[in-house]
Amino acid sequence: MAETERPVTGILEIPPRINEFRRFTRVFLGRKVVLFGVVVIVIFLITAAFAPLIAPYDPYKPDLANFLASPSSAHLLGTDNFGRDTLSRIIYGTRISLMVGVIAVGIAATTGMILGLIAGYFGGWRYTIIMRLMDALMAFPMILLALLITSLLGGGLVNVMIALGIALMPGYARIMCGQVLSIRENDYVLAGKSMGASDLRMMLRHIFPNSLPPILVMITMMMGTTILAEAGLSYLGIGVELPTATWGGLINEGYQYLISNPILSFAPGIAIMVVVFSFNMVGDGLRDAIDPRLRGIL
Amino acid sequence: MTAYIFRRFLQALFVLLLVSIIVFLALRLLPGDPIYLLLTSEEVQIKTEEEIRVLRHENGLDRSLVIQYYTWLTGVLRGDFGTSLRFHFSVGALMLERIPLTLHLGILAFILAHLAGIVAGVICAVRRGKWLDTAVTVFANIGITVPVFWLGIMMIYLFALYLNWLPVMGYTSPFDNFWLNTRQIIMPVICLAIMPMASTTRQTRSSMLEVMHQDYIRTAWSKGLKERVIIIRHALKNGLIPVLTLAGLHLSSIIGGSVLVETVFNIPGMGRLAVYSVLNRDYQVTQGVTVIVAAAIILVNLVVDISYGWLDPRVRYR
Repeated sequence: MAETERPVTGILEIPPRINEFRRFTRVFLGRKVVLFGVVVIVIFLITAAFAPLIAPYDPYKPDLANFLASPSSAHLLGTDNFGRDTLSRIIYGTRISLMVGVIAVGIAATTGMILGLIAGYFGGWRYTIIMRLMDALMAFPMILLALLITSLLGGGLVNVMIALGIALMPGYARIMCGQVLSIRENDYVLAGKSMGASDLRMMLRHIFPNSLPPILVMITMMMGTTILAEAGLSYLGIGVELPTATWGGLINEGYQYLISNPILSFAPGIAIMVVVFSFNMVGDGLRDAIDPRLRGIL
Repeated sequence: MTAYIFRRFLQALFVLLLVSIIVFLALRLLPGDPIYLLLTSEEVQIKTEEEIRVLRHENGLDRSLVIQYYTWLTGVLRGDFGTSLRFHFSVGALMLERIPLTLHLGILAFILAHLAGIVAGVICAVRRGKWLDTAVTVFANIGITVPVFWLGIMMIYLFALYLNWLPVMGYTSPFDNFWLNTRQIIMPVICLAIMPMASTTRQTRSSMLEVMHQDYIRTAWSKGLKERVIIIRHALKNGLIPVLTLAGLHLSSIIGGSVLVETVFNIPGMGRLAVYSVLNRDYQVTQGVTVIVAAAIILVNLVVDISYGWLDPRVRYR
């Protein structure tokens, strides 16, 4: 029997005509759980911004006539030992959690990216010193490093953000450095250099923008981790000082009334989980939409 | 391979040195007099200037930073971590009492997390898209978001206070009362294990799915091998390599978690000691705990890297 040639009808190599932005939004919002995450984050952002308008009561004003009230229509999540409304305190806690998340990750991403850029672009001794220093910082569990730093700087909102920022920094430096090392090999970098572009210009105008995508994914994913860590520090009583309402602090305060009013500890934990879950899912979605090959790396 | 091990070993040693410098400098660069590292503030007020000067000299605080670092480091290498401010007790001995507790919980949590995580991940990958996969994946996604201290408190409420199945908290030596010890550590171990378990499940699932698409797996199917043989003998071997890297990171998160979990369950381990020392500004203890933990993590990651090089030869030449 003679070999027959396969007919080539119908199979034409036409690249799919999809606008890059539309492809991104389709993949990004394609999964319902990602959409859920986006909606939840927006709701929490609004809650944080308009906390005084949304909260039914003043979170700091004691109401001793109503202490340790069970959930009711007046106090949806009950009240604590000073009669303060739990729901209002959780709503105000949103502010701290999101603020610490955004600022600590901001500190970490900025410093980490600068260090990674320098280490990856110049290589040599700068690479060795910076990256080994990052390795050393990575040897500490995040919460322990944050503990060490807050023990030196003292507690308080600002110091917690700095401590978490330093603790998270090595991750960004590593990703950035890896990105720069691979981008550096591109022809356009060589072209730029041969045209006499300065190192600073090469780094900021050409290498930095191209290395951003995985950093953006990491920023989203780290928000959850940071919020969890802040809650842990506040729970230990080392983070943000009392009487500021923080989710971790609320869980700790409610612990003493666990038998009579378990909702005091239960509710803030749910708030933490919902927010962290949303950031994780959005991070996942962002990663798949930006570059599926990042799976396993981030 | 020998060259790879040697190179990684030197690197680990260098990082360890950096860690010690960071921890040492962190405490010395504090604003204020380093004499506060040795005395409580009340003691500083009581003592005369002459007494403080003598103390400063005895402890070498009037010498240069480099010499102070050298003295401290050689002390640490001999197991001398200084004296605790509050306990008036050798920091080394203090830690030696607590390390076994943290190790006990940590090792159990580590084993539980990875055994359960790998099994769950493999089941998900094999039954992809079925209800079991969906259920386990949802559980795993929630597992990486749970604040461990909150989970601990909720478990105390449910299992200890409400159902009365388990003791609320505490730690009894397994050599004194093994049964009580087992009942006491169930909840803390689960709390420590939950995050790494969920993350292992996710990683195993995705890397197994990737491996299952490879040509050699198709070959194995077409040879007529049983599903179990293909999964365990062929797919798992390669699918678990990324999980190994994660296991190194999980050690760090388990030790970090024990800071919180030991506080919730009132277990006098290293984590509790770290929190205690920070709250009481007992710097020598903070320093000792941090150095020991970081050294342990570096060593385990060295082992992980070496076994990685052994499993995946490409790594050795990077």
